[in-house]
Amino acid sequence: MDFINHQLFIKDINVHIDPILPKKTAIITHGHADHARFGHDHVIATKQTIDIMKIRYGDKCAKKFTPLRYGQKYSIKNYDFTLYPAGHILGSAQVLIEKNNHRLVITGDYKVGKDETCRNFKLVKCDTLITEATFGLPIFQHPDPKDEIQKLIRSVKINKNNCHIVGAYALGKAQRVMNLLRQQNYNETIYIHGSLEKLCQYYSKEKINIGKFEKVSSKDRSFYEGKIIIAPPSALKDRWSRRFPNPIICMASGWMTVKQRAKQQGIELPLVISDHSDWNELLDTIKKSKAKNILITHGQEDALVYYCKKQNLVSKPLSIQGRSDEEIE
Amino acid sequence: MKKFSSLLHNLILTPSRNIKIKLLQDYFKILDINRSYALAILSDQLSFQFIKASKLRELVYEQVDQHLFDYSYDYVGDLAETISLIWPTKKEGKSQNLSTLIENIKKIKKSEINKEFSKILNELSNNERWTLIKICTGGLRIGVSERLVKTALADLYNKPVNEIEEIWHGLEFPYENLFQWLKNETSKPKIDFKKLFHPMMLANPIDEEKDFKKLDANEFQAEYKWDGIRVQLMVSSKSVSLYSRTGDNISSAFPEIIETTKGDAIIDGELLVGKNFKPAGFNDLQQRLNRKKASKDLQKKFPVFIRAYDILFYKGKDLRKLSLVERRKYLEKFQKENKTNKIDLSSIINFTTWKELTNFKNNFNDDLNEGVMIKLKNSEYLPGRKRGYWYKWKKNPKLVDAILMYAQRGHGKRSSYYSDFTFGVWNENELVPIGKAYSGYTDKELLILDKFIRNNTINKYGPVREVKKEIILEVAFDDLFPSKRHKSGVAMRFPRIHRIRWDKLVNEVINVKQLKKEFNIK
Repeated sequence: MDFINHQLFIKDINVHIDPILPKKTAIITHGHADHARFGHDHVIATKQTIDIMKIRYGDKCAKKFTPLRYGQKYSIKNYDFTLYPAGHILGSAQVLIEKNNHRLVITGDYKVGKDETCRNFKLVKCDTLITEATFGLPIFQHPDPKDEIQKLIRSVKINKNNCHIVGAYALGKAQRVMNLLRQQNYNETIYIHGSLEKLCQYYSKEKINIGKFEKVSSKDRSFYEGKIIIAPPSALKDRWSRRFPNPIICMASGWMTVKQRAKQQGIELPLVISDHSDWNELLDTIKKSKAKNILITHGQEDALVYYCKKQNLVSKPLSIQGRSDEEIE
Repeated sequence: MKKFSSLLHNLILTPSRNIKIKLLQDYFKILDINRSYALAILSDQLSFQFIKASKLRELVYEQVDQHLFDYSYDYVGDLAETISLIWPTKKEGKSQNLSTLIENIKKIKKSEINKEFSKILNELSNNERWTLIKICTGGLRIGVSERLVKTALADLYNKPVNEIEEIWHGLEFPYENLFQWLKNETSKPKIDFKKLFHPMMLANPIDEEKDFKKLDANEFQAEYKWDGIRVQLMVSSKSVSLYSRTGDNISSAFPEIIETTKGDAIIDGELLVGKNFKPAGFNDLQQRLNRKKASKDLQKKFPVFIRAYDILFYKGKDLRKLSLVERRKYLEKFQKENKTNKIDLSSIINFTTWKELTNFKNNFNDDLNEGVMIKLKNSEYLPGRKRGYWYKWKKNPKLVDAILMYAQRGHGKRSSYYSDFTFGVWNENELVPIGKAYSGYTDKELLILDKFIRNNTINKYGPVREVKKEIILEVAFDDLFPSKRHKSGVAMRFPRIHRIRWDKLVNEVINVKQLKKEFNIK
């Protein structure tokens, strides 16, 4: 496993996984901005991740693209790469790297729970597991997202004169919230912040059921009474949100588990809906992967490292620069 | 319990004062005994004798790995929330009434607490568990003041909030007389004010630029602000008792006061340590604080006295509606009639202009007082920190530049931010910590420091991060005194971050020797 360093760089063949700066060859696990960046020479990823990168950064965001299907092997010298579903967002992948009979899996961001907006997580057995740890503390035990989305639907029913603005990341979370609403038979048009439009259109095109949506426009204030509006978290505090009638500020995120955090961010209706594994799912994945060597990337790595050591697994944190905890999901 | 815990959940997440009031009123509309329990909890008057924070930690360690709990607590920054989230969920039991649940807990025998209380936690939902633990640890910190609760009740029943305020401290659980009066079923509860602790009148810090322009110096009197603890002394022919600012009875810790005081009055004053009415420093007073009893030896070594500021009752007569000047006459009368070597009067400073007062503030007696109090001569004795009557004007703080060494996450509203800072100065070629501060900075400075800490951690010791020694903090503090407990040999009183010194370099920071010399410490 010494072929890869703490920056997820394989020097031998000059390949990076999710590099922050422009590189020669980059394997990209998924389209979130802290993983997929502009300006690499060669990007290797799932077709959907490549599509998303092109939507966000333009068709020329890399010089060359190699789309891989899940399970399709791609070799560079004596290294074999295979992508497997990570269940995080549309197109998200884990990377299996095989070299001389050693199997190393980089999970990228992943969740084990069911999600209609992407292919569900597939467990890959390996010798070395590099796992994320966004929610690597035992306080994080995600509830059933259906119950959470029901809270929103109930609140919309009770507060007829308010509009509900749901903060959700533009890629992945926003569409998941829309899909969850549809699963619970909420059939009204969902209104979205302009920055979500292209990605929502793409999800629709990929046959993800997010239902009818419409970009927010400068309609009469009262028009939005009783409506659900989805916006990126940054827009919640912005002047943008003040144009709506009596908004109830909601947020869909795993961080909403902690009331104090919700309060700090001025969230009135927290919805614990996460696209990352919770504590139990992290432990379960570590166990079932059969890996003896566990490396832990961004998030709350301390507790997970401690836990792995107690299970007699070799474990240490990887500190990847440019990714501090709590800024990302 | 479900209803009450969702009330607390909604209160903590609602920023609007009006909606908070409405939520409270909706709850108080229920007419059964549960509202009495809710009122007791919201005004921090309900607690369980055997179940405090340390007990709760003990219980949670029985359930989860101690290290994993500690990592989590460090992250969440709130004990109740951490325990409620980390508690291994069992099957939820039938939801109980708030009142039934609390009475059941009160009945638990001390020897069976671990077993019985864990069982109760098992059967609650996440949110109910959070609520119950908040009740146990006291101080809800949900953004609801006692005043807001009273306002909600007053508005609900169309009564002036001041009338509730007035009788509040004479009310007792289950507050039946209060609720009956609110509903106009009976007249206002009769309270024996002479036997009651009265919330103290407090001062606001003066804004030198704004306030002095507006205020007429002739309408105010000034006294020195003494650095002790504020007390209320209740004297009658039958008994003498001493209360702290928060209304705790601290009589047993100061027997010499109780034994020597005579008369019939309620006195407001400052408790100080010193012989012949000469105050020693706060460091000496600390030897007498946080003790239940005081030995003869301790009384001799650190004798206490009271410097009287004000008088609320005199021989059964309520003086609170009189002016400060009128009350002062009664105070002097009381002192003359009941001379002891344990009570003297706070002297009044003569001044005619604010400028003149500045000299008194900064020069007098150097370390023994904290500045001056400025009181409206005409002021009634009003509980709480009402604006426009009493002001405090503190001396300019002492300042030192020190280097940021370690940081830790804060609690409560600052949880998640690295907001507790340990800083140090040089000692030969190494740095030694001289203090720790978690206030004083602006929100913007906090964000800058938090970011610096996350990006410049060089070591982690559990929850503590050691950072690159690059940031210089200007630290303000009230006093510096010798300390054997600290490696640097000094300890600070009330340090806070004044500002970040971007203009200064690490090697320009002074060393311990210079610091000690500057503050006359050997």
